Amino acid sequence: MIDPKESAYLKAKKIETGTVIDHVPKGMALKVLRVLGIEDDFPGTVTVLMNVPSSHYGFKDIIKIEGRLLAKKEIAKMALMAPAATVNTIQNFTVVDKYVVQVPSVLEGVVMCPNPTCITRSEGTPRLLVENASPVRLRCAYCEKVYGDKDITY
Amino acid sequence: MDLITTRTLSKAFIEDILQKAQGYEKAARAKKNLTVLKGKTLATLFFEPSTRTQMSFQAAMLRLGGNFVGFSDPKSTSASKGETLADTIRVVEGYAHAIVMRHAVEGAPARAAELTDLPVINAGDGSNQHPSQALLDLFTLQQEKGKIDGLTVLLAGDLKYGRTVHSLMYALSHYDVDIQLFSPPSLKMPESIVNDVKERVSVKEVTDFGDADVVYATRVQRERFADAEEYQRSLYTIDEAMLSKIKSDAIILHPLPRVKEIAPEVDLDSRAKYFQQSFYGVPTRMAILETLIGASND
Ligand SMILES: [Zn+2]
Repeated sequence: MIDPKESAYLKAKKIETGTVIDHVPKGMALKVLRVLGIEDDFPGTVTVLMNVPSSHYGFKDIIKIEGRLLAKKEIAKMALMAPAATVNTIQNFTVVDKYVVQVPSVLEGVVMCPNPTCITRSEGTPRLLVENASPVRLRCAYCEKVYGDKDITY
Repeated sequence: MDLITTRTLSKAFIEDILQKAQGYEKAARAKKNLTVLKGKTLATLFFEPSTRTQMSFQAAMLRLGGNFVGFSDPKSTSASKGETLADTIRVVEGYAHAIVMRHAVEGAPARAAELTDLPVINAGDGSNQHPSQALLDLFTLQQEKGKIDGLTVLLAGDLKYGRTVHSLMYALSHYDVDIQLFSPPSLKMPESIVNDVKERVSVKEVTDFGDADVVYATRVQRERFADAEEYQRSLYTIDEAMLSKIKSDAIILHPLPRVKEIAPEVDLDSRAKYFQQSFYGVPTRMAILETLIGASND
């Protein structure tokens, strides 16, 4: 059931084809967009709703991206900052696919190991084990160093 | 099976190695060569030179009746000509039954282990791990103190970058021990390692050696400090004056080579066990090689 307070926002701007990311933690929308590589040169319309009242979370952010579908790898990247988000694929103004973001147990080739003297900086594919989703705690499968949210550059 | 880190080792594996090391001690002392690994070849790839660790592995392989090939001068290898680790491993795979590897780059042995079915033993990767050292350290405790449980083990020196103390923290965490940390403020044990072990074992920072049953000294290296004065302030030396403040039945260990952490006069004290410790490397590595090579089908 959609809260009547919420429905006004959801109606705000329907998109024909693209992605609606719902249940983004309050204040994280711009970070998520940056991770997805969506910046001012993006050809479609991007709508960001911030501080939307939410029945579950108090407040949340919503992102609507016109003309862009997300790959699984992109969703994995986003999962660290928005672990409870839902990714809705929109075609012809209707939701054709709904995907609840899950923090994967392993991030393979998604983010770089921050350690400059890690083997994955010179060869191989970075692999970070997600030891904890919230707060984020990652461990490099190679150099074994442990990182929090602030250490990771997306 | 590989030996890359002590972080994920089981106590059963550790106990098995200690038991086997005990069995090999006599042969190691008598410098007697067995036939356990007859016909097997160990590749010792030391991308970062360390004659001590390399010779210890080579001696262990010879005692088991095997032989070895390898290098210890990275300048003479193709790695210095830009060959990837992946290529080096594929080449070595053609003539060895196991690989022992030291590398300045953290995680290099873990990557090597993924590239080959041969057992890979990490003999030190950057500031990360040195698991065979930790196992021989435990074996030293068992032999010299008669037990591991119940001991208070003090780790001194560079605890931030010291791979031997990182490995030892995890290895000790399987036992009922108290771990004490003694280091300059800028070289403290990484918080992540303390967090990994603190549910199993007590860890606290100390400012003297008075309660320790085991004093495990490590080097403090000049290159870790930008400031010469801070380096000087961070140095510590176990000398005769310091010995009087260490328990009379304690033992003093050091992974060697030492620089100024232990004064030469301490060598004559009955508590000095670092040369014994170095010898225990041979039976411990015999146990490791037998376990890993024996378990592989190649
Ligand atoms: Zn790493």
